[in-house]
Amino acid sequence: MRTRLQRWSLLLGATAVLALPMSLWAQLTQYDLNTRLGAESHIGNTTGHAKDAALPYRRFCVGCHGPLGDGNGENAPYMQPPMFQQPRDFQLGVFKCRSTPTGTLPTDQDLYDSITRGFDRSNMPQWNTLSKQERADLVAWVKHFSPRWANEKPGTPIVIPPEPEVTADRIKAGRDVFARVQCWKCHGVQGMANGPSASTLTDDLGRPIAAFNFTDGSRPKCGDTDQDVYRIFMTGLDGTPMPSFADNIKPEEAWDLVFYLRTFMQQKSKEKVLAKQLGLKPVDPNAPAPTQ
Amino acid sequence: MRKQYNSAALLFTVVFICGGALLLSRAVKAAGEGKITGTVKLDGVAPHMKGIDMSKDPVCVKAHATDPGHLETVVAGANGGLENVVLYISDWSGPATTSTTVPVFDQKNCMYTPHVLAMDVGQTFKVTTSDPTTHNIHPLPNPMTGNIPWNQSQPPNAAPVEKSWKAAEMIPVQCNIHPWMHGWFVVVKGPYATTDSNGSYTINNVPPGNYTVTAWQETYGTTVQKVTVAAGAAATADFTFKAK
Repeated sequence: MRTRLQRWSLLLGATAVLALPMSLWAQLTQYDLNTRLGAESHIGNTTGHAKDAALPYRRFCVGCHGPLGDGNGENAPYMQPPMFQQPRDFQLGVFKCRSTPTGTLPTDQDLYDSITRGFDRSNMPQWNTLSKQERADLVAWVKHFSPRWANEKPGTPIVIPPEPEVTADRIKAGRDVFARVQCWKCHGVQGMANGPSASTLTDDLGRPIAAFNFTDGSRPKCGDTDQDVYRIFMTGLDGTPMPSFADNIKPEEAWDLVFYLRTFMQQKSKEKVLAKQLGLKPVDPNAPAPTQ
Repeated sequence: MRKQYNSAALLFTVVFICGGALLLSRAVKAAGEGKITGTVKLDGVAPHMKGIDMSKDPVCVKAHATDPGHLETVVAGANGGLENVVLYISDWSGPATTSTTVPVFDQKNCMYTPHVLAMDVGQTFKVTTSDPTTHNIHPLPNPMTGNIPWNQSQPPNAAPVEKSWKAAEMIPVQCNIHPWMHGWFVVVKGPYATTDSNGSYTINNVPPGNYTVTAWQETYGTTVQKVTVAAGAAATADFTFKAK
């Protein structure tokens, strides 16, 4: 017959033996992160330091992006795709809004712009209320979550030629590009996100995702300047079904396509007026594919 | 002081012997390479491969007007031979890239040809399109392995996309425009082979030695076998997957 003391010590010992490797494992992930606390970001003349962002991250970001940056914060389960995309998993190091080619890391400026701009139609607000230094520190903090930044350099940003003058000919040429590369397969012939493939789109993790609707007044997630729209279809949005068209649309054609896409949007624009004068009809989805 | 010298001398000797052994083993390997050959069979009745509804895209419907498209997760030929099984040496210790060819992954009739494309780590491969419709080629590796996902469009007559992978991984490939299009990039280290429609395969250029050969099938997973390859001879390894 064992004494009570013996039984208790046995139980405690077994618990300690079981708990030790588990706690070690948990600490290892945190340890991995701590080794990368030296991460830096460079935004213009400002240098961001990851170690300075620990507090602002815990205050502003942790609720959705989670303590380990994996996008599993306590608010994450309430964001239901395809209406709202889940918070980004920073550990994967895969980002939608980049100035760099598909399959490469974004630049520090790209991450800074995303934090500043926020994402339309998502739970990510604009963080332009934070100081430039705080946002730069947060960029460094975002980078410290993924081992990719230690092993790779960001891609070379694509070159965007100066924006030409909008003309009726350019809008018509843009319509031809829209037909040739078949943007309408997902975005629809009138940009209403009702193309034949729109209903089955999923992101890289298999969650449903919607194509961008140009006509409902919302702004593209990666910015709504002409340069942003140019960048979106040329680099593609990594992690989503939107591919890169950099190999298949020439730079000057790309501007034509930007102008044509503007004609779908609700916002007043010179492109809309010109398209109305031209009496442009939507592209015909049943027309045989034009050759390059 | 003297102790330090002793250990330095010892270290030098060890490095020298190891380096020499490495060089010698290389020399032996070049002597006469063997190969591993065999067949992969399915034990049991092959599962029914569902037909594919391609009505999203009239171009795809037209391409399959006489020959309807089917899923390709288990492709069993006559005599139960399994197609699209990748065989590779899982305990390979030689150089990662042993092939100099450029494997081609074609998008034809809104399907991937071949359905499974095997390649070495670092080996360049090509993605081409033969279809008069736009595809997007979207591999989905796990970024934690070192392979980075990318997503490129291929409109009709587009130039081939040339890429390579950094790490060994079974990478699913999809087209978001045609959601039924599903294939695999199987990235391995060292010599590999893919079974043909009879389920037979040959791994060429295998230096003599003892190896573990792994057969990978996308639905049934992997099975392994120990094989001894003699100089200039063909070793046989037949595999069987149980139908589920």
